Amino acid sequence: MAEIRVENLRKQFGDFAAVEDSTFTVQDGEFLALLGPSGCGKTTTLRMIAGLELPTSGRILLDGEDVTFNRASARDIAFVFQLFALYPHMNVRRNIGFPLLSQGVPKAEIRKRVEETARLLQIGHILDRSVSGLAGGDRQRVALGRAIVRRPKCFLMDEPLGTLDAEFREVMVHELRELHNRIHATTVYVTHDQHEAMAMADKIAVMNHGIIEQYGTPQEIYNRPASMYVADFIGSPPMNFLRFRSGLENGATSVTVGEVAIRVPQVHAAREPGELALGVRPEHVRFSDGAPLRGAVYGSEYLGTNQIVSVETAQGMVKARVPANRGFSIGETVGLELDSEKLSLFDCASGKAVPSSLYAEVRHG
Amino acid sequence: MSNATSAHSVVEPSAATKRIAGIIVVLYAIITMVPLAWIFMTSFKSPPDSISYPPKLVFTPTLEGYCNLFTTRTRQTPEYIQSLGPPQSTCDEITRSRNMVIAGPSNYWPRFTNSMVIAFGSTFLAVFLGTLAAYGFSRFRVPLADDLLFFILSTRMMPPIAVAIPIYLMYRELGLSDTALGMILLYTAVNVSLAVWLLKGFIDEIPREYEEAAMIDGYTRLQAFRKVVLPQATTGIAATAIFCLIFAWNEYAFAVLLTSGSAQTAPPFIPTIIGEGGMDWPAVAAGTTIFLVPILVFTILLRKQLLRGITFGAVRK
Repeated sequence: MAEIRVENLRKQFGDFAAVEDSTFTVQDGEFLALLGPSGCGKTTTLRMIAGLELPTSGRILLDGEDVTFNRASARDIAFVFQLFALYPHMNVRRNIGFPLLSQGVPKAEIRKRVEETARLLQIGHILDRSVSGLAGGDRQRVALGRAIVRRPKCFLMDEPLGTLDAEFREVMVHELRELHNRIHATTVYVTHDQHEAMAMADKIAVMNHGIIEQYGTPQEIYNRPASMYVADFIGSPPMNFLRFRSGLENGATSVTVGEVAIRVPQVHAAREPGELALGVRPEHVRFSDGAPLRGAVYGSEYLGTNQIVSVETAQGMVKARVPANRGFSIGETVGLELDSEKLSLFDCASGKAVPSSLYAEVRHG
Repeated sequence: MSNATSAHSVVEPSAATKRIAGIIVVLYAIITMVPLAWIFMTSFKSPPDSISYPPKLVFTPTLEGYCNLFTTRTRQTPEYIQSLGPPQSTCDEITRSRNMVIAGPSNYWPRFTNSMVIAFGSTFLAVFLGTLAAYGFSRFRVPLADDLLFFILSTRMMPPIAVAIPIYLMYRELGLSDTALGMILLYTAVNVSLAVWLLKGFIDEIPREYEEAAMIDGYTRLQAFRKVVLPQATTGIAATAIFCLIFAWNEYAFAVLLTSGSAQTAPPFIPTIIGEGGMDWPAVAAGTTIFLVPILVFTILLRKQLLRGITFGAVRK
């Protein structure tokens, strides 16, 4: 197992920069999720680490060794493709054993290791079946088996659950994380699904337009989004933004949104007057009759244990996640109280978060 | 009710439709088979039967056509034939009944062998080069790829015979006239464009993830091509090989022009079989019948490959 270091990686296709200046490190044994919408450069980044794509500039280091221009076959990396890419002319056993065959492992040893792997993934019973008749989940396991059988330095996975149906995906998320806990393989996992990333990853890199917007643990990314983009991409429903115009003083502990003063974590930077946004997660909004921030109920979605209530305020729509036991009638005027320790401030011009005591220990990607 | 009927007719043809379709297929098969049946029957007729009018459907089969195809004969007096010992073979007997004796083997087998060597040789070369070129066009960013592909295709836009004279002159200068190598090169050049285009279509269909997976699994690109792409392209390669083989096997115009002796193929040879008093139609028909066999065998052998879609279902699209 190994550490992956990516330095100033850049990939240009003609005039289009697919990946710009990415730098990050995946520690030995860590599970990193590259998260972003389609076309954000996450798959290109993964393919460059694998050696399927050559970077325009930058370096890739595996355990300190520069492999930027090494062949894919010389990198000792395993890759799980979105469509699995199981060789259709081979049965399951030969598919899993195929990487060992290239290394000249003796037949008996291949047999032993394929069977070990199959046991680990609980696919021992289908070893002699043809891959074309397999169900989605079994194909997924065979693809994983082919990746782990030769104990590579690290695993790269390109949306491996993308083609599975929702119900089964959850099972596989669980299985993948368990597998990771057992073999502690350094893993880079590409996905556009925030739930997969949150559920499995030790670290998440949120990408947008070829740029890593934020790199951090799922908790950091959720609680202290570095930009409005990240705040909006993560969470369902996403973070609410209350837009207002104001300047900021270093050390300020409250902002005036509209005519309402709202306490915020201590601001660690000054800002000239301009457009700002106050970010608040739906679960950090409470209804309180006496609260000065007021709005009219616009609608509600019942989710069983709780409900999402949309409230129209002077600064825009605010969604609140509140217990399901209270009913709301549309048009009803309510007061909103925000959890002052969990609020983020964003500079709308740059989209970046304004440093504050809440963000004191955030690492920017 | 009417909805159900129309939905039913979309999914599964009705019994009547199936029967009509079946009749059409059988009729078409009969029409295409008539010339073949005629050739086959003629090859077993005696020369007088072969030209009788109306054509005889019932006749006494004889091997005379095949004997005449494989031998050259000379006319002798009945006395001389009487003086010979008992006939050595069926052909000997048939020949003597026509007051002739077998002088030696004809050129049919050497010409047939030429056809085999030239057709299979050029098919192999065309498919081999075509597969590599198609793979290159399909997988790499080839500069001017579209123009090159169009150029390759454009070689098929004129009838090949339009360049017959330049080729004839070139071949004479190069010493390739009437050589098997010359014919192999010529048929390869004609077939390779077809092969590139057909195979590119087939290889485009094979997702590149397979080779990428193989390369990550520790194989070089060439190994990945051999172990992962080729097995999946067999269907396309088989189909392409059949097309190339049929062209090279049947080609007549260049063969007439460029071969006359040692490299002559069967198509220009067969019509030159002349018997006593004009064309020896049974011998010509016999030569044609035997000439059809290799293509028949090749197609039947590859039929399974043609029908098998081995990539089906392994990749979810």
